[in-house]
Amino acid sequence: MLTKLFNTILFTAVLTTPYAFAKPDNLAPDQTFHRGNGTEVQTLDPHKAEGVPASNILRDLYEGLTIEAPNGDVIPGAADSWEISADGKLYTFHIREGARWSNGDSVTAHDFVFGLRRSADPATASKYSQILSPIENAEAIVAGKMQPELMGVKAIDNQTLEIRLKAPTPYFLGLLNHSTTYPVHASSVKTHGGQFSRPGKLVGNGAYVLKEWVIQSHIKLERNPQYWDDANTTINTIYYYPIEDQSTELKRYRADELDYTNEIPSNQFKWIKKNLPEELHVGPYLGTYYYGFNLTKPPFKDNLKLREALSMAIDRNIITEKITGIGEVPSYSWVPTGITNYTSQKLDYADLTQKERISRAKGLYKEAGYSKGNPLKVEIRYNTSENHKKLAIAIAAMWKMNLGVQTRLVNEEWKVFLENRKQKQVTQVFRAGWIGDYNDPYTFSELMHSTHGINDSAYSNPEYDKLLAEASLEADLDKRREILQQLERILLHDHPIIPIYSYVTKHMIKPWVSGYVPNILDHTYSKDLWIVEH
Amino acid sequence: MLRYSIKRFIGAWPTLLILMTLAFFMMRAAPGGPFDAEKTLPPEIQANLDKKYHLDEPLIQQYGRYLLDLAQGDFGPSFQYKDYSVNELIATGFPVSLRLGGTAILLAFLIGTTLGTIAALKQNTRTDYTVMATAMTGISIPNFVMAPLLILLFGVYLKWLPAGGWNGGAFVNTILPIIALTLPYIAYISRLMRGSMIEVLRSNPIRTARAKGLPERTVIMRHAMKPALLPVISFLGPAAAGIITGSVVIEQIFGIPGLGRYFVQGALNRDYTLVMGVVVFYGILIIVFNLIVDLVYALLDPKIRY
Repeated sequence: MLTKLFNTILFTAVLTTPYAFAKPDNLAPDQTFHRGNGTEVQTLDPHKAEGVPASNILRDLYEGLTIEAPNGDVIPGAADSWEISADGKLYTFHIREGARWSNGDSVTAHDFVFGLRRSADPATASKYSQILSPIENAEAIVAGKMQPELMGVKAIDNQTLEIRLKAPTPYFLGLLNHSTTYPVHASSVKTHGGQFSRPGKLVGNGAYVLKEWVIQSHIKLERNPQYWDDANTTINTIYYYPIEDQSTELKRYRADELDYTNEIPSNQFKWIKKNLPEELHVGPYLGTYYYGFNLTKPPFKDNLKLREALSMAIDRNIITEKITGIGEVPSYSWVPTGITNYTSQKLDYADLTQKERISRAKGLYKEAGYSKGNPLKVEIRYNTSENHKKLAIAIAAMWKMNLGVQTRLVNEEWKVFLENRKQKQVTQVFRAGWIGDYNDPYTFSELMHSTHGINDSAYSNPEYDKLLAEASLEADLDKRREILQQLERILLHDHPIIPIYSYVTKHMIKPWVSGYVPNILDHTYSKDLWIVEH
Repeated sequence: MLRYSIKRFIGAWPTLLILMTLAFFMMRAAPGGPFDAEKTLPPEIQANLDKKYHLDEPLIQQYGRYLLDLAQGDFGPSFQYKDYSVNELIATGFPVSLRLGGTAILLAFLIGTTLGTIAALKQNTRTDYTVMATAMTGISIPNFVMAPLLILLFGVYLKWLPAGGWNGGAFVNTILPIIALTLPYIAYISRLMRGSMIEVLRSNPIRTARAKGLPERTVIMRHAMKPALLPVISFLGPAAAGIITGSVVIEQIFGIPGLGRYFVQGALNRDYTLVMGVVVFYGILIIVFNLIVDLVYALLDPKIRY
């Protein structure tokens, strides 16, 4: 099986065409797309960028070795084919012959070498350079212990790029459409330094070029005639608007100033469902909303039964129906469903009815040493937001009603909240959420390693850490999946967290925008869309 | 008057220095830093970032560095908008806020003083009550209620005006935000004006003017207006500095790229340099406007001489 799966897999460019939709004859004469994009982006330097809004724009401006089809499948991008060695550690990419930068220069393997080295170089101070860690020596380079030239990337010639990994990484191809791995145009970076990503200076290899950037107003992109697949691109101009306030965004959408909203205000969801049901697009999203326990201090330290009781006493159906209400899915897993080649594991009580759960929870609560006369007093801490507050109130009420727990709600401004979570001194139960970086369970499994930066529960299970290390080295996809599923079972059994619901992607899209397909990472390339007559 | 202005100018420096120092250390004392995110950065990456932005130096050294840069007019790079310097952000945001705020404050002054004068002249009549009741409503309906209502009515239902956006400062895009900004100020100014005008009308010089048989128009415009404007002017000084540096609420709701949004977002994101830049800039404006108010006072009030 091992050899069969990793036996020199060869992809060809034919893959791109089957995903393209048949475009109709009734295209609108004006192919301009107005897109709401959340918060203002901090930078368009692909190696320094972070956050969803910047990635949305960078996907239009740049192209990685791979890209994604509208449904999220990984397909050839700047590389039209590649081979993977039998041990899964050597990738050889063939750069597309016709690939060009927006100034007309050819895109070569050297550009990728330059980009990957720059991305890992401590002088770049990239926040996301962890993404590169599967590449040989990348971690040491990021840590400043090695020269960027020693990274496992090599240009054999202009068209051939070799990337050497430290361990087989089945999701590696999926990482190659993350902006951290994008190539940059070496001579313009050298000429303009930190300002190369500004309008008039930015040279990209994506389907669009940067025309204007008025901070807090809009970012305007125009079609890149040099793009290799320009013939199949329809939209000519894109405006990205930074609009943080969801009600404002909806109003501008209703005034026909936007074709696509980044979000939907949940308090107006009922109105939308009644009045604009056809323009509402909701789909599964690779994210889990959860509560964490601080395991370093009482009452949750060494008190599995109490944690389990609190987890069971939450009626997730009420939460997703009455509070979040946009189609979020009650969650009993750590890894959200929908990941390729993986079955999400469930909490062992997931198949019980809520009534059965509550009676079991009562027993556990008692065994943990609490009762009506001696109730648990606990704090739920969350970052200030109307939705988090409603949810915390509901959970406090469920704990009170079912177990008699006395809960105090504490809300804090985001940075203060994060600081408290990380210090683990005052937190007891805290709100958290995680959206996966790539389509693989590992993007969730790794978070619960005892030393991981988001493990604010301080969950530490040597067996978990050991298995996680095994999973990262395992080349056999079936075996690897088995280990990752086992990891999720261990985690759920230990109850360091309470999964509450799985996120959904939610957008309003005008009926004249075609080509949109929801996918679990919520990645939409503007080149795949088109505007029909209206 | 020139000597007075110079004296004030010199006296402003210590004030600014204190303001800057307070802002600098308060900002640093706030929990969390500019690069904190849900996922703690690996120590190596955190170190790379700290080094790049000199956050690894002792605080006092950072403060010294900041003052030195500032002395050369450099507010430093923004931590949040990595492609821009704070100088550039202020240079792009301020003209927008200035245009909106300046128009709004001018309109509010003209309309507010007129309404206030009319109300004062028709004291305790139906006109007075109508103007004052409207003003009261204007004061008590907050911006964040008024602005969305305006957008819903004119942007979404009637579709007469854009529901938001700046569009390079096109006139139609400025109408609704200016109205939303102006209304509460009209209300406030008209109440102030009415009060002071009533007081002035009862004063001895006005009684004398009337006794001399001057026409009512001359009495009001020549003799009553100047002293009645004094309280409005003292209100306008700081108010103008506030409004032209941008209203966070209005800019957020209408999606306007002004200075106000930078301030709040900068504070939330712990963008130290951006917040400092806006604080210092705002401080300078306040000082300048207060000086202008004092100078205008001298013009209006013969009792004041510098």
